[in-house]
Amino acid sequence: MVKRDWWKFLSGGLLMYAIVAGFIVEVPDTMIRETMRNLFFHVGMWFGMFAMLITGFIFSLRYLRKFDETEDIIAAEAVNVGLMFGFLGIFTGMIWANFTWGSPWVKDPKLNGAAVGLFIYLAYMILRGSIDDVHKRAKVGAVYNIFAFFLWIVFVLVLPRLAGESIHPGKDSPPVLPMHLEPSMRIVFYPAMFGWILLGFWIMNIRVRIHRLQSKMEL
Amino acid sequence: MLYTEIKNLVGKELMLELKQKYVLNGILLYLVSTVFVTYLAFENAITAETWNSLFWIILLFVAVNGISKSFLQESPARHLYYYTIASPQAIVLAKILYNLLLMVVLSLLAFGFFILLMGNHVVNIPLFVLTLLLGSLGIASVLTMVAAIASRASQNFSLMAILSFPIVLPLLATLMKISRSALDSTDWSGLSGLLVILLTINGAVIALAYLLFPYLWKD
Repeated sequence: MVKRDWWKFLSGGLLMYAIVAGFIVEVPDTMIRETMRNLFFHVGMWFGMFAMLITGFIFSLRYLRKFDETEDIIAAEAVNVGLMFGFLGIFTGMIWANFTWGSPWVKDPKLNGAAVGLFIYLAYMILRGSIDDVHKRAKVGAVYNIFAFFLWIVFVLVLPRLAGESIHPGKDSPPVLPMHLEPSMRIVFYPAMFGWILLGFWIMNIRVRIHRLQSKMEL
Repeated sequence: MLYTEIKNLVGKELMLELKQKYVLNGILLYLVSTVFVTYLAFENAITAETWNSLFWIILLFVAVNGISKSFLQESPARHLYYYTIASPQAIVLAKILYNLLLMVVLSLLAFGFFILLMGNHVVNIPLFVLTLLLGSLGIASVLTMVAAIASRASQNFSLMAILSFPIVLPLLATLMKISRSALDSTDWSGLSGLLVILLTINGAVIALAYLLFPYLWKD
């Protein structure tokens, strides 16, 4: 069991480390103070969502190559977990934004990108729900997922950079907040990100197995 | 081979449209009355900013209404017949071309009607018309693909709106940004990045439609 599931233990260990160390590690005393610790959790949601949506995209591509039903289930469950991370990312961001910007939601290209991404993938779930035939659902869902992934990437990665007016910290945003990581934060940040991504795969794995058992019971 | 197929199919679409004039007239009436309603509602509040937003929102609604019928107008049996005589690539490219034609007509008409009722706020007319043409191509290709996806599901009419709004947003955001600068100044500088993005989205969407449509087509 340990041999095959080592990555689940790794995920749990990394996250426990991230949660404990995330609250006791030294953070630089800037204008946002201790809220900087949200980095270990909020950005983790974002990384997790990315990993899950990319997984969904890859499995949709694989489905269209061989038309294997399980690949489609994996794609759908990956998107489901991605959506969960997306919502949690927005909620953790709102808590932080309330302290830093004074309101839970501000008009910003990066925030809009995150919201539209959620809409796009919620529409994917509605599309899947509206088709009863399993094969048709898999095929149409895969086509939509591939199509949507591309437009989502444009909206989330390309347009905010071009807009250049984001106040959200991160790569190439104006240095409103000093967001270069201190070495002390780095040793928590990277393991935390890795742990969240592994947790995403873990949840996805369980959901796929539940789905498989359910379809077996229906037969 | 592909070229003649596309030519014949676009000809077929045109003929069909001219035979059932009420569909086209319906869309035109929808466009005109929507512009008129906003004109009445926004009587004294039209600035360049609102002009721009209203224009693109109305165009989006008109486009979704006009293009959603692309794959619903004809019966599934007729589609099966087309399938036997033409390649799916030719069919989707012909639909995109026809919808492009429709969108160019509709967007230019909307522009004319806006000038008539709400005054001309566009300073850089060549840039604005270029945006209209590129935007027509982009909106036509994205919505054609969404219409193809929605036509495979039940309750396809409401699904069309649900799927298309989030997915067309990356394109629409780019278009609004370019056209806003056409409203502000005659200056063309600083737009090359946005125009390249627009062309990339258009090219990639058409390529994706070309590659993915055959999967939707076959049952």
